Amino acid sequence: MLNPALAKTRQFDTVAVMFRLTANKRVTEALAELGRITLLAREAVLSLLKGRASWRDLLYQTYFIGVKSQSVVLITGAFTGMVLAAQTYFQFHKVKMDTATLAVVGVSMCSELGPVLTALMVAGRVGAAMAAEIGTMRVTEQIDALRALATDPVDYLVVPRLIAAHVALPLLTVEAIVIGILGGYFVSVNLLDIEPTYLWANMLKYTHQSDLVIGLIKAFIYGGVIALIGCYKGMTCRLGAEGVGQATTEAVVYASITILIANFFLTLVMGKLVSLL
Amino acid sequence: MIEVRDLQKSFGAQLVLDSVGFKIENGESVAIIGRSGSGKSVLLKHLIGLLQPDTGEVLIDGENIVPMNERQLLRVRRKFGMLFQSAALFDSMTVAENVAFGLRRHEHLTEAEIGRRVAGTLEMVDLPGTEDKNPAELSGGMRKRVGLARAIIYEPQIVLYDEPTTGLDPIVSDSIDQLILRVRDRLKVTTVVVTHDMRTARRVGQRVLMLHNKKIYANGTPDQIFDSLDPVVRQFVDGVADPKENLP
Repeated sequence: MLNPALAKTRQFDTVAVMFRLTANKRVTEALAELGRITLLAREAVLSLLKGRASWRDLLYQTYFIGVKSQSVVLITGAFTGMVLAAQTYFQFHKVKMDTATLAVVGVSMCSELGPVLTALMVAGRVGAAMAAEIGTMRVTEQIDALRALATDPVDYLVVPRLIAAHVALPLLTVEAIVIGILGGYFVSVNLLDIEPTYLWANMLKYTHQSDLVIGLIKAFIYGGVIALIGCYKGMTCRLGAEGVGQATTEAVVYASITILIANFFLTLVMGKLVSLL
Repeated sequence: MIEVRDLQKSFGAQLVLDSVGFKIENGESVAIIGRSGSGKSVLLKHLIGLLQPDTGEVLIDGENIVPMNERQLLRVRRKFGMLFQSAALFDSMTVAENVAFGLRRHEHLTEAEIGRRVAGTLEMVDLPGTEDKNPAELSGGMRKRVGLARAIIYEPQIVLYDEPTTGLDPIVSDSIDQLILRVRDRLKVTTVVVTHDMRTARRVGQRVLMLHNKKIYANGTPDQIFDSLDPVVRQFVDGVADPKENLP
């Protein structure tokens, strides 16, 4: 008969070992997945450098990612600018800084909210569509058909989406920034009765070129994140309708989380760089 | 020439192909038969490099394709045309765009020349005038024909058919069989047909290979296979279920 105290200790040991094994497995899986995404990125860059993508596919993807996302991005940008202006005014009014309202909107929209919210909206619309489309192609043997027709799926499916997302995201971000500032201006002047001349002058004074450049660099990077994760999830999805559904969900969740985490580090690094220059 | 040597393939712990080996000469027409789940389609996908074996060699015109990477395989795959079991048409494209896909990717032709080749190939598979249709508007038999037109438009040396008549009624199946023979005779291609349809195997195969228990169990002319007295071959050819496998 085993001593009860010893039995309890052994039980705890078993649970601890199992927990460690599960944690190890999850970490290993996550690292392996990161490695596979990196390999896909490498393949895509090599294909890009060798000019294997077709202009026709590239134009179509730019239209799909850029032109078709405009309404979502414009609505997001406009209402974000407006609510930011209202909220800033409510706080600044207490310290008689009403005319600095639009400056806060300008800086926030250019360097943070513009690129991040645009990227999150595009991740929801385009990242999901990429994963679902490519995942369905995989399930219905269309990716095998591409390979059988001597066409590399990376050249045909990934590279046009990657370039298009890199191009479209900064342009969409500019739209979101412009409409956000205009929305903020509209609310400030027409609803909150702030003096328009000082409002605009302060916005121009405190919003620097570097804020816009930081925002555009971020948008360029997020475009790649969305396309790469969307394509990767589609190309590696499990067979069946459930697999496609899961790939679509994961594409949006992983891209959104990556964007939010990357945004923090990019802000730190680029903010430091700007202060050094 | 296609040569397979000692091919072995597992998915996880499940062994699907074990020491499979055979040769197919240029211009020959071979049917690979076997029960559902016996690994026929898996074997076919190894011939074109869509799957990598655990061990063994696949030689296409004397060149072992197993150690090749995806880029190197693309060059070898230009020798092949493949008709998939589900036809695998690109559903975002019209029939004409599907059929012209290989031409547009690999040959520098004018749009007029592409249009002429597409019309000619669709004519060959008895689907003239369907260029502007979408895959969703086509019946199962029509989809297979478009899939075949897409596979043969760039005149490959080898055409692989994965279950070409599965899911089709006997009349459409018969027309697909005739089409396989027409393509073989007109384009002088090597033909490999994976099927469990005995009528298709008999009509299109100059030689029949039977996969059973993960190995090539029988290899002979259609007459040798269909007249065989071997119980396993006989059971498959006659389509008789094993009483022990019957569920209560």
